[in-house]
Amino acid sequence: MIRTIQTKEIADNISEMCIEANHCLSPDMSDALKRAEAGEKAPLGRKILSQLRENLEIAASDMIPICQDTGMAVVFLEVGQDVHLEGDGLEDAVNEGVRRGYTEGYLRKSVVGDPLIRDNTKDNTPAVLHVRIVPGDQVKITVAPKGFGSENMSRIFMLKPAEGIEGVKEAVLTAVRDAGPNACPPLVVGVGIGGTFEKCALMAKEALLREAGSHSPISYIKDMEKELLERINMLGIGPGGLGGTTTALAVNINTYPTHIAGLPVAVNICCHVNRHVVRVI
Amino acid sequence: MEKHITVPADKEVLSSLRSGDYVYITGTIYTARDAAHKRMDEAIRKEGKLPVDLRGQVIYYMGPSPARPGRPIGSAGPTTAGRMDKYTPRLLDLGMGAMIGKGKRSSEVIEAVVRNRAVYFAVVGGAGALLSKCIISSEVVAYDDLGTEAIRRLTVEKFPAIVVIDSLGNNLYETAVREYAVKENGNAEEKIS
Repeated sequence: MIRTIQTKEIADNISEMCIEANHCLSPDMSDALKRAEAGEKAPLGRKILSQLRENLEIAASDMIPICQDTGMAVVFLEVGQDVHLEGDGLEDAVNEGVRRGYTEGYLRKSVVGDPLIRDNTKDNTPAVLHVRIVPGDQVKITVAPKGFGSENMSRIFMLKPAEGIEGVKEAVLTAVRDAGPNACPPLVVGVGIGGTFEKCALMAKEALLREAGSHSPISYIKDMEKELLERINMLGIGPGGLGGTTTALAVNINTYPTHIAGLPVAVNICCHVNRHVVRVI
Repeated sequence: MEKHITVPADKEVLSSLRSGDYVYITGTIYTARDAAHKRMDEAIRKEGKLPVDLRGQVIYYMGPSPARPGRPIGSAGPTTAGRMDKYTPRLLDLGMGAMIGKGKRSSEVIEAVVRNRAVYFAVVGGAGALLSKCIISSEVVAYDDLGTEAIRRLTVEKFPAIVVIDSLGNNLYETAVREYAVKENGNAEEKIS
């Protein structure tokens, strides 16, 4: 059976989701911050984590964005192959949703139309859109506004296969060490291992969408997530980069088959304002 | 140490602050980030002067989200200061008193901070809603066409900042991190001795 969905419905949802994501952090992230506050050893670190908790409360109650960098809107769509989309083109609908959300929601317009000429588009469009066709008759929408303090500190490493698992761990630690205070720690670290140059970057981005505290179903990857989180928190960077034992809240790793000659690793760094809202229509 | 200062402040006050001090700032500060710095740099080159007299003033690297009706400003946390490093030594040499932002600075900036007895404060990144509550008023004073990147004059009250780089060149990002870093496989230096 073919199910018809109006692209306007997708636009309406994206508009609301942009506003929601920027004011209300998902419970997994706010819980992770609370746990961090309880465990942080540095007095200044604890004070900063308590300010971040207070910040979340003010953002939700007074409808002030959690962070002034309300991000570039990254949108993931999983479109069921039994869905017939009717109305404006899908990309136009996504951008219409972003335009309305950022304008009506008092969100900051942070997008420049040309990366070198740098004129602001004034409505935060275009979004960065990733579409997958999947079985079923539903559309799953994920809106993940991404701030650039942390995006700027993200890295891709094209390792040699001989560098192996130790090379991968060192790459992740290098990215976090170099990010230091710039990426607004405590961080969520998304890692993609394998695939091709662009596939590992996309996997690293998708890894940020995973619930904080959850782990990879692959047992040795789960172990690596735990080990890396522990080692990152030994770096001393701490909340705000001002010293402490909470540098990251989670390390999430995705993997994919790769070529006999390569070992691509992408590290997508996100600050503690790791925003993602999901809806299924 | 916890301190309260009123800004703009003279060099004696700014140079007496020490890396690690927790400082509540009250008074007038100016915002400027990437695009405004680029324009200011062009203005200095072409006209020999800035659109705003920054002597003794505090610059906050910040581009707010739009204000909701009835509020002076939207979310208002710091942006990464390092992107302004290229322009900062010149502004410090022209008399700018202090900077508020987040993240590492270049050695050229640190040298200019020491040379000019200035100070670099950090505020907590990603706490824009909380920080907006310390901003009483906001007015665009230059480069209105830059939108969020325009230069704004803000009135702040008990704005909570931490001294990272002081007039002696101390850098909290290095000292505090060293204090909490745990060396893997034991302490290498001890093993050698």
